[in-house]
Amino acid sequence: MTTTAPPRPAAPATPPSPPSPGRRVLNRLLRWWRQLTAMRTALMLLFLLAVAAIPGSLLPQRSLSQTNVNRYFAENPTLARWLDRLFLFDVFSSPWFAAIYLLLFISLIGCVVPRAIEHGRTLFTPPPPAPRHLQRLPENAVLATPLAGPAALDVVEEELRVRRFRVVRRDGRNGPEVSGEKGYLRETGNVLFHLALLALLLGLGAGKMWGYEGSILVTEGQGFCNAAQQYDTYSAGPLVSGGDLTPLCVDLEDFEARYEENLTAASYTADISYDVDGGQPVATTIGVNDPLRTHGDRVYATGHGYTPQFSITLPDGTAFTDLSAPFLPSDQGTMLSQGVLKVPDLGAGSTEQLAIEGFFAPTGVLQAGLLTSVDPRPLDPQVGINVYTGYLGLDSGLPQSVYSLDQDLIDRGALTQVGRANLAVGESTTLPDGTVVTFSGFREFAAVQVSHDPGQVWVLGAAVAVLVGLLGMLLVRRERVFARVVPGPDGGGTVLSIGSLTRGSADTGPRFTALTDDVGAALATRAAQAPAAAPPLSEEAPPS
Amino acid sequence: MIDESLARLSDTFFTVAVVVYSLAMVAFCAELAFGRPARSRQLVGAGAPVEGASAAGEPARARRLGSVAMLLTGLGALAHAAVLVTRGMAAGRLPWGNMYEFSTVVVLVAVLAYLVLAVRAPELRHIGVFVLGPVVVSLALIRMVLYVEAGPLVAALRSWWLAVHVTTATLGFGIFFVSGIVSVLYLVRSRRDERAASGAVMAPSLLDRLPSAAVLDRTAHRTAVFGFPVWTFAVIAGAIWAESAWGRFWGWDPKETWAFIAWVVYAAYLHARTTSGWRGRPSAWINVVGLAVMVFNLLYVNFVSTGLHSYGGV
Repeated sequence: MTTTAPPRPAAPATPPSPPSPGRRVLNRLLRWWRQLTAMRTALMLLFLLAVAAIPGSLLPQRSLSQTNVNRYFAENPTLARWLDRLFLFDVFSSPWFAAIYLLLFISLIGCVVPRAIEHGRTLFTPPPPAPRHLQRLPENAVLATPLAGPAALDVVEEELRVRRFRVVRRDGRNGPEVSGEKGYLRETGNVLFHLALLALLLGLGAGKMWGYEGSILVTEGQGFCNAAQQYDTYSAGPLVSGGDLTPLCVDLEDFEARYEENLTAASYTADISYDVDGGQPVATTIGVNDPLRTHGDRVYATGHGYTPQFSITLPDGTAFTDLSAPFLPSDQGTMLSQGVLKVPDLGAGSTEQLAIEGFFAPTGVLQAGLLTSVDPRPLDPQVGINVYTGYLGLDSGLPQSVYSLDQDLIDRGALTQVGRANLAVGESTTLPDGTVVTFSGFREFAAVQVSHDPGQVWVLGAAVAVLVGLLGMLLVRRERVFARVVPGPDGGGTVLSIGSLTRGSADTGPRFTALTDDVGAALATRAAQAPAAAPPLSEEAPPS
Repeated sequence: MIDESLARLSDTFFTVAVVVYSLAMVAFCAELAFGRPARSRQLVGAGAPVEGASAAGEPARARRLGSVAMLLTGLGALAHAAVLVTRGMAAGRLPWGNMYEFSTVVVLVAVLAYLVLAVRAPELRHIGVFVLGPVVVSLALIRMVLYVEAGPLVAALRSWWLAVHVTTATLGFGIFFVSGIVSVLYLVRSRRDERAASGAVMAPSLLDRLPSAAVLDRTAHRTAVFGFPVWTFAVIAGAIWAESAWGRFWGWDPKETWAFIAWVVYAAYLHARTTSGWRGRPSAWINVVGLAVMVFNLLYVNFVSTGLHSYGGV
């Protein structure tokens, strides 16, 4: 995971006697570690990670939609069972996906930690001594000057300091020399980038451990509290216990969906009032892109729909009013919705249970006797319903959807269809036994989601650090410049050699030329000021 | 709400842009055809002296054609930009709210990225026909398959983050587009060089007018280096937006998954270029795979799978 592998020390020559078993194991482990932290391995793991993520987008995932997974199981029973054994419906929480990214991160640690230590040491040590043959560096030049050696090096040092180089002077074996280095931020960025990726993974993990998420459909006028058993769906990390949930209660006062002329949804807003720990209720509005954030929890309105209301009058005059159940939109464009109202208890003495199943259309139109909707706004709300009586199976112990009837019960005759009608608001239908079912009105519901993720602030911080590190790594160039002076060939003046080594940019030529031009000009100025005792400056001698 | 006449004007500009780009492509072709260095002509024995060959070994006629091609590309880019400006004005919003608009912006970014490259390093001008070819084909497909009438944004997109996330995503995509094309050219060119070096007799080809393999490789790398932080930022901005729009910052929605895959592939590309055994052709292949992933992400995720990123008709 590093841009260049640091040079590895060559393996020591094996002694003639066979190594002890302990040493052999150690050597083997060491070799595995080196292999794992080698760049080539990291590259392979990166490819594996990319490939491993692909089935997560091609196959339905439980984390996204349990319904789609169920449908896949129904359509390909045998194949689905096998895929499930390979965790292919939970790719991103599967052991093999975790194995890949954990190996990748171990490889990353093994690569970046030594580099971080090495870089830390570099920060506190002066630039390295100049190499012996400066003319072997990718960029180099030789300047002759009448100035004395130290004075010429002074000029180079000034030019480098102006360019914010860190500079050191030494008396090397081949003469007095200057080493300059800058661009330490490049390696800092590299280390920061890789460590920040690690921090990002930890933040993600923390969120999975201590986070929770619940969602519920709330009809206008109703409310809920932040407790696992109240939610329609709820998931929590392994370290969350029921008592950890923020004591938050939310009431939905009003929900409004606004549309453009062409029926594009323009906005959804939910007026809610909430209280924390039984405190003073606070009124606020949430909507698309605009959740409520309080006490580390976030409350979202993620969807909406209609809840038709019915009243039922039994033949004996007993009336049930305001019976309602949310109908789920089956078409987001027209908000034609489907659902069922289950009435398990029709008062004392009645063993019969009743269900009203069918469609709700906010702007209903009958097409060949079938109800459909032409507008998502409630301009002419209608329902198309089938009424069943019999046994709903709610106490059978088998889980069942609250949004549909169990077709099995109808097939077995436990539920009998006793009526069918298309009704506008206020209209009613009379069942054969004299029961009157009235479509009394509707309300809107909001799908509300409460989320808690203590890791996400850390993830954000880490992501910003990743970006900063990346910019440092890709934009800063590390430059080293070396210069050395030797006395001129004819005994007068000095010959100055400069060489540079740059990492991170291909266009180093012009920068080096600018540096040598400036040094040459400064040398000339300095020589003119100094008592002229030497031969005139020759601009740029050919490389020796 | 929607200014119909402006929307129609936008569609007209689209046609103009495609036509002008096509003309530019023809001019680039002609430049390559007439601009063969005199040396290679003599090799095939055409024999006729090349008139007005400049000191750079490039006939004046070819240079003129090249300038015309560059000018046409610039004009095409202006018309292309006008498509988006007029559409944005017609709908009263940023013109990248659906797939038609998004892909149109991506292609514009690619053209602009090419223009920047060609102005900074004139030898890269010669890849023009290989950039404008895909550009014209993409635009034609966008117009035929993805076109939707100008309309208002869906509720979820009405956020300040649209400007941040989608803009940077199109920028990153457009830059990777050019980088991928340059890598393809590098693969073609280096293969040709290898065969020539192994002594195979090669018929002269327009490919000889491409920049050298080293230049192509370096250009592909540098554009990808520029695109990578932009793409990283786009993904981070998307996550921040998703946190307030969808209730979580990352949920492995198909688009997110493929954005992640693309990120990993480009990270692999940048690493591979400094890994021994992967320099040169293998790493160029990774860059090409990266572009394929980007295109797949655009097409597959919006057409085949259903995810949270399915917006605005398509």
